[in-house]
Amino acid sequence: MAANPSLAASALPLDAEAVRQDFPILSSMVNGHPLVYLDSAASSQRPRAVLEAIEDYETHSHANVHRGVHALSQAATQAFEGARERVRRFINARSMREIIFVRGTTEGINLVAQAYARPRFGPGDEILISALEHHANIVPWQMVCEAVGCTLKVAPINRRGELEVDEFMRLLGPRTRLVALAHVSNALGTVLPVKRLIDAAHGSGAVVLVDGAQAVPHSSVDVRALGADFYTFSGHKLYGPTGIGVLYGREELLAAMPPWQGGGDMILTVSFEKSTYNELPWKFEAGTPNIAGAVGLAAAMDYIESLGIEAIAAHEQRLLELATAELARLPDIELIGTAAHKAAVLSFTMKGVHPHDLGTILDAEGVAVRTGHHCAMPVMTFFGVPATARASFGCYNSERDVASLVAALRKAREVFG
Amino acid sequence: MDLKELYRDVILDHNKKPRNFGRLEAADGHAEGHNPLCGDRLSLSVRMNGERIEDIRFEGKGCAISTASASLMTEAVKGKDRQAVRELFDRVHALLTQAQESPDASLGKLAALSGVREFPARVKCASLCWHTLNAALAQQAAPVSTE
Repeated sequence: MAANPSLAASALPLDAEAVRQDFPILSSMVNGHPLVYLDSAASSQRPRAVLEAIEDYETHSHANVHRGVHALSQAATQAFEGARERVRRFINARSMREIIFVRGTTEGINLVAQAYARPRFGPGDEILISALEHHANIVPWQMVCEAVGCTLKVAPINRRGELEVDEFMRLLGPRTRLVALAHVSNALGTVLPVKRLIDAAHGSGAVVLVDGAQAVPHSSVDVRALGADFYTFSGHKLYGPTGIGVLYGREELLAAMPPWQGGGDMILTVSFEKSTYNELPWKFEAGTPNIAGAVGLAAAMDYIESLGIEAIAAHEQRLLELATAELARLPDIELIGTAAHKAAVLSFTMKGVHPHDLGTILDAEGVAVRTGHHCAMPVMTFFGVPATARASFGCYNSERDVASLVAALRKAREVFG
Repeated sequence: MDLKELYRDVILDHNKKPRNFGRLEAADGHAEGHNPLCGDRLSLSVRMNGERIEDIRFEGKGCAISTASASLMTEAVKGKDRQAVRELFDRVHALLTQAQESPDASLGKLAALSGVREFPARVKCASLCWHTLNAALAQQAAPVSTE
């Protein structure tokens, strides 16, 4: 693989302009302007190292995994299981048996809902979530509640977009069987005090699932230090490919759960009378998996570690502070979500300009932001807005991108008068 | 991509000061429109005189394109009969989605929406009010959706 030109500059602080060179797509022109990509919370871009790892695998090592004795099948199995070990180290799980490859965070949550919650819960049982959750951490639990008659409880947030921890503690009770929380809110960027919440949930006997989709790209996550029972995230928000994600689960919990999809690879023996299931983690990986996706995800983790996750986090926090200060100087901008502890996400509205119009005008200036409800309609309802514009930052963004955002917002003000 | 083509003065004016905004007390038809992608909501009421739209009002929250389109539509359809409204809808739909050599002169102020064609992500914003009007005229009970 080609040497990574940004490696030399990996010492603190992060050299965002050098990092940017690692991402081929970021040299695109959009509507006559150099691309300013501020939508990493929806999906981040991929560095050359990830693209090359995928191409290298597809060119030299592809076959089906866990099946053949031939050379390529062994190479593919090695690449796939090597990626699993890479993930284990990245989140400091105890064992590779605790790392399940899934399509993404959504599938990880649905797996736990269907294979952990549904067979165990019934009327009188409660699932506790927060008012900050993405639809993917609401709807799967509603489906379980509908199927088995348990109840969904929602811990409220305050006007800054922070979880009301006292209310959360009050809602946590002997009936609470499972707590499902975002580590970082996708719509507002709020970082939840998950360690404290997990400890409290364990104190009252509940298991905890953490939706880490927005946390893993911005901070180092140690699932054992957190004490999470389940932790799930997506590859494509972590500079890796789409269609691959991870569900971490504590081994004793996973071992006691039935499989949720049946098929090849998840069995040991099959007869028409009875089949026996494979061991962890393959019990939960029916069918041919996304091998190239896993390889790409492992390469993304290598890339992140080459920059240093702490360096990325510090860089993004500087951008967040700068962008927050710059937006505060624009008279018509209202920030939605002003938590004390935030990831590099800015949700905002502009007076008299609908977020959808704002998105179009920014796009005409080459600035890509997300506009809409961010799959968090209850959050929008709470703040009384139909939608917001959201700028989110990654390792490749720079002060220059913040300046471009501000200039594009001024342009929007000009158009709308 | 020319923003001025999309956000023409007529559009910005109707967005800021939407015409026929509000709710008809005595309505013969009423419908709700919703674009779940962007959260736009539109409520439309019509009063008929036989086949003819005697009065029409709309209210709701939406982007400039959806608000201006609804405002322009209410002006254009007031006094027209169902058949004429259907024909107008077809011409507006063509305006929003098909390249045209010369503007359709019969559209009047509605022609200001022609810039939407260059912004495919925004066509639904402009057409939501028309689908909602169809529903109100058909007296559909269920809310219409762009999805």
